[in-house]
Amino acid sequence: MRREEGGTFAPVDTIEGGATSYIDEGAEGDVAYEYRLVAQPPEPGLDSEISAPVRARANWFDRTKFNVLVVVGFFCLLLFIYIRRSEGGVQWTFRSIPGLAAIEEAIGRATEMGKSVLYVPGVQEIDDIQTIASMILLGRVARMTAKYETDLMVPTNSPGVYTVAEEVVKSGYSDVGRSDMYRSDQVRYITSEQFAYVAAVNGLMLRTKPAANLLLGAFFAESLLLAETGHSVGAIQIAGTANVHQMPFFVVACDYTLIGEEYFAASALLSNDPRLLGSLKASDIIKIFLIVVIVLGCVLATSGQTWLGDFFATQ
Amino acid sequence: MKRTVPFLITMAAGLFMLVAFFVPHPSVRVLYTEMQTWAIVVVGFTYVLGVANLLRINTRHVARRERDWPFKIVLIAGLLATMAIGFSEGISDIMDPSVLGYSETGSRFQWVYITFYSPMSATMFALLAFFIASAAFRAFRIRSFEAMLLAIAAFILMLGRVPLGNAIHPVIPGAADWLMEIPQNAAKRGILIGAALGVIATGMRVILGMEKTYGGGEGS
Amino acid sequence: MSLLTSLRNLDRRWIFLAVGLLVILPLVFGLHIAPVQPSFRARGFYDAIERLPEGSTVLLAGDYDPGTAAENYPMHLAAARHLMRRNMKIIALALYPAGPPLTDQVLAIAGQEFGKQPGVDYVNLGYKVGNELVMSSMGQSIPRTFPMDKAGTPVEQIPVMRGIQNFGQIKLLVSISAGYPGTKEWVQQVVSRFHLPMVAGVTAVSAPEYYPYLQAGQLQGLLGGMAGAAEYEVLVEKPGLATRGMDAQSLAHLFIAFMIVLGNLAFLPERKNGGGRP
Repeated sequence: MRREEGGTFAPVDTIEGGATSYIDEGAEGDVAYEYRLVAQPPEPGLDSEISAPVRARANWFDRTKFNVLVVVGFFCLLLFIYIRRSEGGVQWTFRSIPGLAAIEEAIGRATEMGKSVLYVPGVQEIDDIQTIASMILLGRVARMTAKYETDLMVPTNSPGVYTVAEEVVKSGYSDVGRSDMYRSDQVRYITSEQFAYVAAVNGLMLRTKPAANLLLGAFFAESLLLAETGHSVGAIQIAGTANVHQMPFFVVACDYTLIGEEYFAASALLSNDPRLLGSLKASDIIKIFLIVVIVLGCVLATSGQTWLGDFFATQ
Repeated sequence: MKRTVPFLITMAAGLFMLVAFFVPHPSVRVLYTEMQTWAIVVVGFTYVLGVANLLRINTRHVARRERDWPFKIVLIAGLLATMAIGFSEGISDIMDPSVLGYSETGSRFQWVYITFYSPMSATMFALLAFFIASAAFRAFRIRSFEAMLLAIAAFILMLGRVPLGNAIHPVIPGAADWLMEIPQNAAKRGILIGAALGVIATGMRVILGMEKTYGGGEGS
Repeated sequence: MSLLTSLRNLDRRWIFLAVGLLVILPLVFGLHIAPVQPSFRARGFYDAIERLPEGSTVLLAGDYDPGTAAENYPMHLAAARHLMRRNMKIIALALYPAGPPLTDQVLAIAGQEFGKQPGVDYVNLGYKVGNELVMSSMGQSIPRTFPMDKAGTPVEQIPVMRGIQNFGQIKLLVSISAGYPGTKEWVQQVVSRFHLPMVAGVTAVSAPEYYPYLQAGQLQGLLGGMAGAAEYEVLVEKPGLATRGMDAQSLAHLFIAFMIVLGNLAFLPERKNGGGRP
């Protein structure tokens, strides 16, 4: 039971008999509360004394997230170091990703065949990081299609994505001086309903028979429905997603698949911008760091030491 | 100007959200929650743009009698009819239970939902079963030793997940569980860690304005 | 060789026809190929509900829509039946806009079977826009997040909502989920912050994504797709839609395995020539 100082008691929670502490998640800040334990079923003799009044005070830092801050801070530091080094002229070589080279190749093929390129940015809202990464890639693809004078179709399943995609494609065309080629029906909003969207995009594929399908973004159950239809119309298909459960479908049904981090690295690799490449290098270094931590954690845990695991445990 | 202002807004909002993740103080929390509410409101408005775009493109298609134009009439009629039914019913009247809101069981809007939307949506999802079979036939090639391992794992899993597997041999469901719990989980965690790093790097690149494609191109 | 060539050019509609027949026939005639054996994941789901004291309040989130109803609906219905059989108070909601009518249906069917009263034994709070934001906001106050139920009745007038302030009064979270927002977000936003016990029923394709949560104890049980739902139906001793679907699924899985073998045979000549697009 809880009451504001001097008020009447009201139940807040039921806790187990053996509990020795309790955190009240619903307390208002800076209000004095008094607490009292009441036995269930009621037995007045077992009820506790009324506690001294306590006030919840807001913290400026959530200490349970200290480990997250350490890792993110370390990552950011590496990011700045490698971006600076990269700007200073240091060059790195990265493992080539066949799917990336294939994007330009696919657009070239569409140009030769006089057919269009279909770009599907997934089915998530614009606040999803995968959709944001897809918009970055769309910008690069739009520039390529504008340069090659190839038709680009972008059906979207969220009005938010539609608004951004339209701006991104328009800018892509204007960046290579081909604003005249941009048509207002290239980027279109279809519907926010997942399977109605799939039906519409599949219909678009069957009617227009694009030469290249770029399926880049967050996908769910629609991945195979889109990729199999794309295959049936003979399109070269390049997919990219960080949704692990959909990767097998793309790997089986598409010509190339960008898996997880490859998908996020794609825009940097396509741009060749040293600053972006620097950020990739930083990611690689932190990955090595994490591998070391994981192996060390396993060894320590096996030998009964849990402090490292405890430090990285999130609340 | 056109590119600087969106970049500054992105940076300010991004950095604030990052800080808010670590700061539970109400003064920050209030703005944090408020900003998320703004996002919902902004997304609500984009629906107006989306529907306008849908109507514009499809009415033009019909007017010009482009290929498959009768289907576009079905689309526009479906959209307008569903909207009209929803708006005409509105929300339920708490004082008068005989007035059914659009979301109430038995309303006309619910009839549209059950009669059209529900079966059509389920049909699209059910297509997956057909497409998985055709993809298995077309693309699951055993070209190498690794591909063979993959195929064996797939067989065990497909049989282990249904009662038939247990009927063939009780070891099969156990083997399927082991595959899912150990190798599958290990590989997936590896991919997830890599993807999470990609997420952070992409997020930082956008917040710091290194990725200018997003939000309106690199400028000429 | 000519047989192999004709196999290679097999019209995929023949495959579709075979799948269609293999799914429809067992559903119509009921073959009873093999009994369903509950896995430890389904048992965990069942036990979590069995462990609760009678009369506890449970949050039932039906975050799916008709698209995945074939998988999610049977488990949703079985869970509602189980909860009502054990006289739990159910607070239901959906974070999918097209979800609430399915929740209504599930609660009405189970409620009728066990003689439960809407408002007294269960309530459908309906849909609220905002995804994770709704979850974290419920942690502060459920009545403030959902000031009225789906039908527009203010929560203070609903008996089952009396005394419910936040997750503190909820004893179990049952998440029936098709994707985003769903089980993953409930774990991240609610289980990890408010330490609420949770079980989940998800689509088969997404189930592996939640195995780590199960291993970490953040989920006490997990039903994966129709097979998971069938296992749960066996545990609650009420065979339903999912159990009936198991014959169809068994045959479909067998057929897909057969297609992999057939596909490899058909493309054997191409493999020997060492070419072909994947």
